Amino acid sequence: MQRRDFGRLLAGLALSPALAGKTFAAEWDSLLSAARGQTVYWHAWGGDPKINAFIAWVGEQAQSRYGVTLEQVKLAATTDAVSRVQAEKAAGQTSGGAVDLIWINGENFAAMKSAGLLFGPFAQGLPNWPLVDTKGKPATVTDFTLPTDGFESPWAMAQLVFEYDSAQVKDAPQTLDALGEWITANPGRFTYPQPPDYLGTTFLKQVLYGTMPDPALLQMPVDDAAYPAQTAPLWAFLDRIHPALWRQGRAFPANEPALGQLLADGETFLSFAFNPGRASAEIAAGNLADTIRTFTLQGGTIGNASFVAIPFNAAHPEGAQVIANLLLDPEVQARAQDPGVLGFQTVLDLQALAPEDKSRFDALDLGIATLPPEALGPALLEPHSSWMTRLSADWVTRYGVAP
Amino acid sequence: MSLRALPRLTLALMAVPVLAGLAGTLMPAFADGATAFRDLAAWPGLPRASALSLGTGLASTAVALGLCLAILAALYGSPAFDRIRRLLAPLLAVPHAAAALGLAFLIAPSGWIARALSPWATGWTSPPDLLILNDPWGLSLTAGLIAKELPFLLLMALSSLAATDPERRLTTAASLGYGRASGFLLTILPALYRQLRLPVYAVLTYAMTVVDMALILGPTLPPTLSQQVVNWQMAPSLTSQNLAAAGAVLQLALVLFALTLWRMAEIAARALLIRWAMSGHRAAALDRPVRRFALFAATLLAGALFAGLAAQALWSVAADWRFSDALPASLSLAAWRTALPDLAPATARTIAIAVAATLAALALALGCLEAEARHGLRATPRAMMLLYLPLLVPQVVFLPGLQTLALAAKLEGNWIAVAAAHVVFVLPYVFLSLSQPFRNLDPRLAIAARALGATEARIFWQMRLPLLLAPVLTAFAVGMAVSVGLYLPTLLLGGGRVTTLTTEAVALSSGGNRRIIGSFALLQLLLPALCFWIALALPRIVWRHRRRMLA
Amino acid sequence: MTLRLENLTVTLAGRRLVALDLTIGPGEIVTLMAPSGAGKSSALGAIIGTLPPDFAVTGRVLLGGRDVTALPTRLRRIGLLFQDDLLFPHLSVAGNLGFALPARMTDRSARIDSALGSAGLAGFGPRDPATLSGGERARVALLRCLLAEPQALLLDEPFSRLDTALRDQMRSLVFDRARNLGLPVLLVTHDIEDARAAAGPVLDPFGTATSSLSP
Repeated sequence: MQRRDFGRLLAGLALSPALAGKTFAAEWDSLLSAARGQTVYWHAWGGDPKINAFIAWVGEQAQSRYGVTLEQVKLAATTDAVSRVQAEKAAGQTSGGAVDLIWINGENFAAMKSAGLLFGPFAQGLPNWPLVDTKGKPATVTDFTLPTDGFESPWAMAQLVFEYDSAQVKDAPQTLDALGEWITANPGRFTYPQPPDYLGTTFLKQVLYGTMPDPALLQMPVDDAAYPAQTAPLWAFLDRIHPALWRQGRAFPANEPALGQLLADGETFLSFAFNPGRASAEIAAGNLADTIRTFTLQGGTIGNASFVAIPFNAAHPEGAQVIANLLLDPEVQARAQDPGVLGFQTVLDLQALAPEDKSRFDALDLGIATLPPEALGPALLEPHSSWMTRLSADWVTRYGVAP
Repeated sequence: MSLRALPRLTLALMAVPVLAGLAGTLMPAFADGATAFRDLAAWPGLPRASALSLGTGLASTAVALGLCLAILAALYGSPAFDRIRRLLAPLLAVPHAAAALGLAFLIAPSGWIARALSPWATGWTSPPDLLILNDPWGLSLTAGLIAKELPFLLLMALSSLAATDPERRLTTAASLGYGRASGFLLTILPALYRQLRLPVYAVLTYAMTVVDMALILGPTLPPTLSQQVVNWQMAPSLTSQNLAAAGAVLQLALVLFALTLWRMAEIAARALLIRWAMSGHRAAALDRPVRRFALFAATLLAGALFAGLAAQALWSVAADWRFSDALPASLSLAAWRTALPDLAPATARTIAIAVAATLAALALALGCLEAEARHGLRATPRAMMLLYLPLLVPQVVFLPGLQTLALAAKLEGNWIAVAAAHVVFVLPYVFLSLSQPFRNLDPRLAIAARALGATEARIFWQMRLPLLLAPVLTAFAVGMAVSVGLYLPTLLLGGGRVTTLTTEAVALSSGGNRRIIGSFALLQLLLPALCFWIALALPRIVWRHRRRMLA
Repeated sequence: MTLRLENLTVTLAGRRLVALDLTIGPGEIVTLMAPSGAGKSSALGAIIGTLPPDFAVTGRVLLGGRDVTALPTRLRRIGLLFQDDLLFPHLSVAGNLGFALPARMTDRSARIDSALGSAGLAGFGPRDPATLSGGERARVALLRCLLAEPQALLLDEPFSRLDTALRDQMRSLVFDRARNLGLPVLLVTHDIEDARAAAGPVLDPFGTATSSLSP
């Protein structure tokens, strides 16, 4: 209870500028001294050695700067951590929980927030919070249309980009219609992860953005009456491309890594990922051919942010906040954006940075396959989460059970 | 505590966690009346997913058992059989997921076979668009399951075969004019199958509820029921959790249904065999095709598993390996360098957990068997079912409940809790490998020893245990292999803080990076393989001057 | 029918275990006596064809002039009785006999019944072998062996497990049946009484006649 009040106090301090300043610094200092010596268990998807190495590096920084030890608990799926906290709550464990920090967003965040499983609000209380580009990157405070309310702190931006093998594809399709034509003209060389996989559903939402008469309605919950007419063009598009998909649409890759593997194996020529820097990073790591390039669709592609959240019963909430703040540090953010490291887009407002911090970003070589920020196009907001649920359920009914 | 009470205590140790976990997991299914079941019934993929679970489970078990029997019938006692026996150890040590990934890379349209034949033989410059993996009928999943189940069934069959006096029975049948295959089927199989029944049931249950192999090789439109249950469990919403629980209830019912079907098939097969025996048909013409088939199948399956492993080993050092290159264009140790920092602590913890769990399981199993021998107790079929409960109840059905219980009791989050949970899974396998050899010990040896004034303790330590050196070591290796491969129990009872080679491997495999997957698959394999080799080699060294101990 | 062992030798790792050259006529019983050791079982193995490959066999086994040396056991048509009855526990008594009866035989149950009747076991067909006495089991084993219509008989200490009273009965039963059927019989034993009852030549594994049968 005390801890929660303390978090609220911190957030309140940050939100009232009049009180900011010395008091705030003092509070943060006392939090730092509480955090010193703590071991923070960060439950984070462990499927990418590049990310694991980055987290290990963050751990070294945390140790040397703040005396906080960071242990990554490598998960196969984020829901493992969510169900862990759920199980702890069911067992009545309200303190000393196993999870200190979770890499989270979207439905997992919505589920934990609505069930009261999160500590906070804490994000606005972090010293580095003012550097976050909440205006230019609204996804940093709105997670799938759900206001984050300070219960999670962003640490990376992601945007949907298409990847293609320039040795096989001469003119990359720049619009949804052109994409549809390319698919039917090149049977077997495109596919998407099987919904309800996150990336697969994102593809459906991206198509919906291009086929719905008024995409602004995507920011509202699904309207049952209007839904059939709104989504009819989406299903028509899928009906058209499915016979020309990889394996004639009779099998789909399970998730983003499986989709990426198909591109790496040359099974598909055109693919997509939720990370503009993925292609360059994978080329640098030798996993992808150096003929891979990226593009986005005219009108923009869906973008969102990755966050960290702290469970309500975390054993080390102070240390967890130190890590959340460290993740917003310009040096850490610049390292994450380096395609040789991760290739994640920063959540910070580069204009708000001190010159020496900004130069860290300017010095980055984005890599041969990464689009410069101005060519990336607008990042479309994630639709309300009811769309995701509804679309993937309908997809399963339509396509998910056919032999 | 007296030894007499040990069997009951052991049964409780096995049954209580499973049943309690089962209750904890299944409660949500009935939480909102029948809502979860209505939702489940409304899922359009339900009939097909259930049929897939049932079909792949029954088909793979039937074929694996058939192959196991064909190999024994045609090759037992031949030099080819000794080769197969030597291959068993490494084959058993391959983790399921690694076997599936290896097989997948072998047969995929962009896989090793296609790469080796392209473009010179096939004309393919890009991988062809062929539906081989994830086929809607679950054929590649069935093939993968067969390849992985066959070595286990062979091991179990070998440990009980000696008790059926195979040489003299075969000689008797042969002197009456029967061929090898028909002689085996008619005179040895009935006795052998009685020992093989529970392992076969365990294999059937496993095949119907497998998740890691199904994810890699199985169909996805829809997936098998067990895979779908896990999908629902992974979804964060509470409705999905209840749906998953309802699916788990159905899964359990399906397994029971399949076991009933199997039991009926057993009865029918037995009646057929007895009718055949009465008819006097020698069926000697069966020998040649059965022999050819057994050799072909054994070579193919072992070859596929080893080629799959070789491919993974190659991937772990590949820098650049594109389609239609039969071998990587360049090599790199990057994957191993990435794996190394986590390696030492993860390996140490894996060994600590596996050794602790296996030794505990061995102690319990030997204690139960010794209690049987000393007090003339007999294991009832019901007791055996309880003992094998952890194998017969699907893991996904009882583990989440078990985790909640462990949390409530604050008994989790450290390696001892994980090792304790491992005992539940390791003990049935250890018992499976040990019980037959133990019960087959000539009871007159113990009587002779007592007549010489030996105490029961001395009989156990100086007679039974040394006589059982080989089976005890095999049981130890089997236990190690099981423990090293356990993922869900480690994750759930360790609270994510107990990292083992397998939790690392599964987390990293979710990223689909073949290089990393390859290096971890080899590491996961190494530990149990070492134990199996010791189990094979040590008795040969210790008993090199005792010919009858090596038979 | 005669069983001829023509210069039959068995060698293991340079050590000669068996050297036999003999002919057993129809109804004749030759006894192979040896205290113990590998010689007896090696000779048996060579004749029925079950020796492991590391045993070197030379010479020939001829059955009624037919060279069976290279044939698999099942084609040699040499019946075999062990000291254990080796009845199959999963088959009834009739099942064990049906197993031996050639498939071409019709009226199978009648033949089985009459065979049982001839050995004083009428009505034993449906019984579980495990419920039989030692003597009954031995008789069923003999019937099973004979129903397969062998052309010669090998006896591997078949009476050693029986008690003394039964032993005499079984000896005369087996020997009478063999003589009536005109089968050549090779009896392997270490029991001098067996050899006496057989009343034929007595040899050791090297073909040397044992001169005296007196105890």
